[in-house]
Amino acid sequence: MRVSVITFPGSNCDHDAKEAFAFYGHNSRLIWHKDKDLQNPDLVVLPGGFSYGDYLRCGAIARFSPIVEEVMAFAKRGGLILGICNGFQILTECGLLPGTLLPNIGLNFICQHQYIRVENPDTPFTHQISEGTTLDIPIAHKEGNYFCSEDTLKELKDNNQIVFRYCDKKGNITAQANPNGSLENIAGICNKSRRILGMMPHPERAATPYVNSNDGGKIFAALESYFNLH
Amino acid sequence: MLVAKIFVCLKPNVLDPQGKAVCNSLQQLGYTNVIEARVSKYIELTLDSDDKEAVWKETDKICQELLANPNTEHYWFTLENKEESQI
Repeated sequence: MRVSVITFPGSNCDHDAKEAFAFYGHNSRLIWHKDKDLQNPDLVVLPGGFSYGDYLRCGAIARFSPIVEEVMAFAKRGGLILGICNGFQILTECGLLPGTLLPNIGLNFICQHQYIRVENPDTPFTHQISEGTTLDIPIAHKEGNYFCSEDTLKELKDNNQIVFRYCDKKGNITAQANPNGSLENIAGICNKSRRILGMMPHPERAATPYVNSNDGGKIFAALESYFNLH
Repeated sequence: MLVAKIFVCLKPNVLDPQGKAVCNSLQQLGYTNVIEARVSKYIELTLDSDDKEAVWKETDKICQELLANPNTEHYWFTLENKEESQI
C-alpha cells in the first residue's frame, strides 16, 4: 500500500505513523501540509499531535492547510483516510466525519493504555477482526470526549458507523471504562461509506513487538488484507 | 472601521468541564451562591469598513465558517465604531 502521512505544523505522531506502516512493509511517506500533491496514495493518514497549537479549537485551523483541499478531493473520490487523535479532530472540523471532540470530562490530559472493542468488523480498518475483539491501544489526548447531537448519534447507530468503543479488559462497555466522557464510550467512527475512519487511540504506538502491545498492528494488518482483496 | 465583539459559547446541552471546575473553585472560595459557571470565548475583530450591514453579514459568515463549531457552540456579536469601542 502507498501511504501518505500528512505533517501539519504541530503534528508529532507523523514519523511514528510513517515508521509503523513501513514496519508492516508499506511504502509510506510524509507529505508537508503546504504541498499540493498527495503522491498517489492508497491511504492518507492524518496523524496525532497539536496542529497549529490547537488554536481556536483542535483541528480547526488545519483544515485551511493547502494539502487539505487535496485530502477533501481524495475523500470525494472514495479514498481511504485514517485520522488518529488530532487527525480525528481535523476530520470532524473538515466535515468528513460528524460530531466534535470536546475537552475530556476530567479536564486532564490522559496518557494511558486503553482497551477498545471492535463494534463494526465491516470496514477496511477492521477487516477480518471479529466483532467484540478487544484491542489494547494507548490514548494520549486532552480533547477526546466525543459529542454529537441525538439525531447524529441515531444516524451513527443506524448506519453502523461506530467502529470502536472504550471498554474494560473483558470488553464490557462501562462508565468506568470510559476515560474521557465520550458519548456512549465512542472511541472511533467511520463515515457512511466506511472509507474514512477517525479514532482517538494511537494504533501506531502499539504496532511493533518492541512496545507493550501489538494490537494497533491488527488495524494495519486489516487494512493490508482489505487492500489486497480489493 | 468597525469592531465586531464576538462571544462563542457552548450550547446549553453541552457539558462544560472547565466551567464546572471554575464553579467548584468559586464554591471552595466561599462563593456558595454560585451554582453554575460556563466558560466562553470572546473574540474581537477589527474590520476595515464602515458599512454596518455588510460587516454584519460578513461577521456572521466568519462565525459560521470558522469561529464557532455549529455542533457544540453558538455565538452572538455586536458591532461598534472603532473610535467609540471600549472593552
